[in-house]
Amino acid sequence: MSKEELKAYLEVNFPTCKFEDTIDFPVVIVEQGQLLSLLKSLREAPSTDFDLLFCQTAVDYKTRFEVIYHLSSTTFRHDLVVKVLLDDREHPELESIFSIWKAAELFENEIFDLFGIRFLNHPNLRRIILGDEWQGYPLRKDYTDANILIP
Amino acid sequence: MGVTEDNLNTFPGEVYRDDAGQANFFVTSIDKLANWARSNSLWPLTFGTSCCAIEMMSAASAKYDWSRFGFEVARATPRQADLIIVAGTICTKMAPVLKRLYNQMANPKYVIAMGSCTISGGPFYYYSYSVVKGVDTIIPVDVYIPGCPPRPEALLEGMMALQAKIKKSRAYVIDSPKTKQEE
Repeated sequence: MSKEELKAYLEVNFPTCKFEDTIDFPVVIVEQGQLLSLLKSLREAPSTDFDLLFCQTAVDYKTRFEVIYHLSSTTFRHDLVVKVLLDDREHPELESIFSIWKAAELFENEIFDLFGIRFLNHPNLRRIILGDEWQGYPLRKDYTDANILIP
Repeated sequence: MGVTEDNLNTFPGEVYRDDAGQANFFVTSIDKLANWARSNSLWPLTFGTSCCAIEMMSAASAKYDWSRFGFEVARATPRQADLIIVAGTICTKMAPVLKRLYNQMANPKYVIAMGSCTISGGPFYYYSYSVVKGVDTIIPVDVYIPGCPPRPEALLEGMMALQAKIKKSRAYVIDSPKTKQEE
């Protein structure tokens, strides 16, 4: 599907989602509760067939977190970006999508390691890059430690 | 390799000739002899963590060819190496690995810090949660080579500076006589 067709398809099937105008990938913003059903449908519906999660990452906007999913289809060669906002900055929690794409296991481990976002129903959520004894989450905007000379 | 006319000048010591003009024996000190051997057969450990390692590989390959100066045999195990070129950024997670590799090397052992990252942390000095601020906070360093990354010529220059350093060092240090401890 082209970008416009994809947008029209999503507006019909998921009317509560919001859309962002971008120059490259089409972006859809979804509520936290709807995330799992939207992604499951995008993966399983034959007309979209997003079988590849090629990037999953997070952004710290100081008041909230944003988790971003980059999806692609190896049959149709179309891409989509799904964003979900996390308003609870103290204890950010989100449902794991490991049941939909197995690639999410390592992505979510890394996001937990660097941002401290907990993924529910994740098979093995642990510190994957930093050591087990590491305190804090370095990619949060308010992170400081003795090694950082200019905060 | 014997003492011939070609290497007579580089050899540390006084060469004596017999009646036929053949160089049959020489007088030298054990320090000079050991240093001569050590400095001309430094075996580097194959250890590179980032872009400096690319320059190190280039220095080893045919165009720059560090085996001209005696660094021929790069070893993949610290037990057989006596020089470690720390080529690349050392993160806090890599630091204990580097320290263990250094401890596993047999004496005498030498360290070259190659590039800004290993000298001070380089571009990661001010704002990084993960990069070690200088490899000399972990292991002792003999020669520092600045650059980001240094060219192969700079690496060869640094390695020859290390050879000069070895040639001036004391190879055998005799321990001071042990005194009986009072109980």
